[in-house]
Amino acid sequence: MLLRHTHTEILPREALTVNPAKTCQPVGAMYASLGIHNCLPHSHGSQGCCAYHRSALTRHYREPVMAATSSFTEGSSVFGGQANLIQAIDNIFTTYDPDIIAVHTTCLSETIGDDLYQITNKAVKEGKVPPGKHVFHANTPSYVGSHVTGFANMTKAMALYFSKSTGVHNGRFNIIPGYVEPSDMSEIKRLAREMGIRPILFPDTSDVLNGPQTGKYKMFPQGGTPLEDLVSTGDSMGTIALGPLASADAARALDGKWHVPCRVEDLPIGLSATDRFIDALRKAAGVSVPDSITRERGQLLDIITDMHQYFYQKKVALAGDPDHLIPLVEFLVQIDMMPIHIVTGTSGKAFEKQIQALTAHLPCKVNVKAGGDMFMLHQWIKNDPVDLLMANTYGKYMAKDDDIPFVRFGFPILDRVGHSYFPTTCYRGGMRLLEKILDVLLDRMDRDAPEERFELVM
Amino acid sequence: MRKIAIYGKGGIGKSTTTQNIVAGLVEAGKKIMVVGCDPKADSTRLLLNGLAQRTVLDTLRDEGEDIRLEDVRKVGYGGTLCTESGGPEPGVGCAGRGIITSINLLEQLGAYSEDEKLDYAFYDVLGDVVCGGFAMPIREGKAKEIYIVVSGEMMAMYAANNICKGIVKFAEAGGVRLGGLICNSRNVDNEREMIEVLAKKLGTQMIHFIPRENMVQRAEINRKTVIDFAPDHPQADEYRALARKIDGNQMFVIPTPLEIGELETLLITYGIAA
Repeated sequence: MLLRHTHTEILPREALTVNPAKTCQPVGAMYASLGIHNCLPHSHGSQGCCAYHRSALTRHYREPVMAATSSFTEGSSVFGGQANLIQAIDNIFTTYDPDIIAVHTTCLSETIGDDLYQITNKAVKEGKVPPGKHVFHANTPSYVGSHVTGFANMTKAMALYFSKSTGVHNGRFNIIPGYVEPSDMSEIKRLAREMGIRPILFPDTSDVLNGPQTGKYKMFPQGGTPLEDLVSTGDSMGTIALGPLASADAARALDGKWHVPCRVEDLPIGLSATDRFIDALRKAAGVSVPDSITRERGQLLDIITDMHQYFYQKKVALAGDPDHLIPLVEFLVQIDMMPIHIVTGTSGKAFEKQIQALTAHLPCKVNVKAGGDMFMLHQWIKNDPVDLLMANTYGKYMAKDDDIPFVRFGFPILDRVGHSYFPTTCYRGGMRLLEKILDVLLDRMDRDAPEERFELVM
Repeated sequence: MRKIAIYGKGGIGKSTTTQNIVAGLVEAGKKIMVVGCDPKADSTRLLLNGLAQRTVLDTLRDEGEDIRLEDVRKVGYGGTLCTESGGPEPGVGCAGRGIITSINLLEQLGAYSEDEKLDYAFYDVLGDVVCGGFAMPIREGKAKEIYIVVSGEMMAMYAANNICKGIVKFAEAGGVRLGGLICNSRNVDNEREMIEVLAKKLGTQMIHFIPRENMVQRAEINRKTVIDFAPDHPQADEYRALARKIDGNQMFVIPTPLEIGELETLLITYGIAA
């Protein structure tokens, strides 16, 4: 009973977070940077920050995540980090030879007010950036927002820095996939291609953080959005941004700068959100939906109808990021489950309103909090128990203490595999989500069934 | 929109001068926003007639992240839009970060957007550029013009020279330029000539010499700019002249800061020791 001190009485709590449901901006920024081909993320701050962010990503993806650091000392904090960053840029291009260095800031470099634009320009002027190579940056103070904010800031930075317009359309569509797994990025690309669209997906971590074991180490794997594609985003016919928090800023930046029209959609999690994504693709490409995709949709629908009795009126508690939770709650409500406790660590009042609207017709009280924590969620669960918990790995403590069927969903997942290889987005991802939910629910029924009710066929 | 930052030694009269320039420009029909970047939050007092304004950072602390522009922006003299960054009380926290946070927030809220139809945005910045935060107003995409308020006193000139060193750094990357020195007279001997020479050595101009005049104090006690309090007084015309010169200014340079020895020689040749 590791969480035995969680009590049922909920007291007002302003200045304390217990077991946060988020992590910090640079983690998201580093993840987004890895979605560019031949790009080395660089953390402008102390070594400890970089070590933590690398290990957070390495433990989730089980791939060696490489990133450099400005290695701030007491001196850098006083005199500014310019000397360190310029030296780092020189060292990185000399030693590791990436095409691009994506610099993100940290709490320390933000607080002392280092001006990254000025420093990277100075590095260019001093000839530390070889011809054809690039250094760009995003501001990512951890005391603002969450890992999702960091992802959004870095994605916007890459759009603004690289995109150019030749005045001639390239016949392609930008898709910004949001803060999802490499497997989801592959799936989104696959569906776009089946619709006859040649997407520019950015960032794209597929084949970077879910690559095969070949016996040979490559510092820069084959995946990632190529530089020329990023440049070409300004010439695209349009942008589809998936997940408003993670992707809308970049899409709007391209609209503002090059008048590339954008659509912001929810992440394609579950039936309706995927329908909206497919519909956006259909309108963009001006084609009808091919049978192959309609077939996948029908398979998802088949599982929903076949197994409906097991979903019906099951209470669910959820923790995760807003972009994921909104379509997930919509999906669970659609299959007649009852998401009743929903928490995200990322703040924003819009989230609470959206969830309330999605759950308004449920025959029970729904608790929702943006900027909340796992402790809050656990208190809610103790007061009103649930049949299922969906959260990142940190949810396992609640699941164990209160004996709740548990599906790992979101970031980070540190104790299971599969998330980087098998998507949870689009129709097939929806099928996988239902499979995971049913596995834990039916296992629980089997475990608890008296012998005379222990069913062979379920 | 022209974005202008006013720097200078503490106590030199930056806030008073800025607000009087703004009043002069308002008279000429310009739409202006003033952003106070000083934790003391007294950069808009004369434009708001002493109205205590809730600072951006106080609002952020009390209300959380859901802030509307109207919460932190007040309308002052002649339709001027006034905001104060604010910051921690002396001796705690980080005032520099406060300015970064505040300016970022104003940008997010659309304070600088085109629909505001601003002709000018003025940043009134705390005395010395003591850390990265106080350089925020002159970073990429922000103020492109700087004016330094100075007097013939040695420490004021010393501070002006130091500020020029900071400008050089940002000028190379961000494109910010020095528009001139504003001499706020302290009745030092040979003041006008000395500041003219200093300006020349810095590669810029003395854009205006504001004579010392008690009316400035009188207006200040009444929480008004001179132009507002005593529009017919000759001092009001001085500020109008300065506002006109800034409005028509064409001379924008990367300054050439002096070595300390050179600065001392200047004082000996022209100043009090001459």
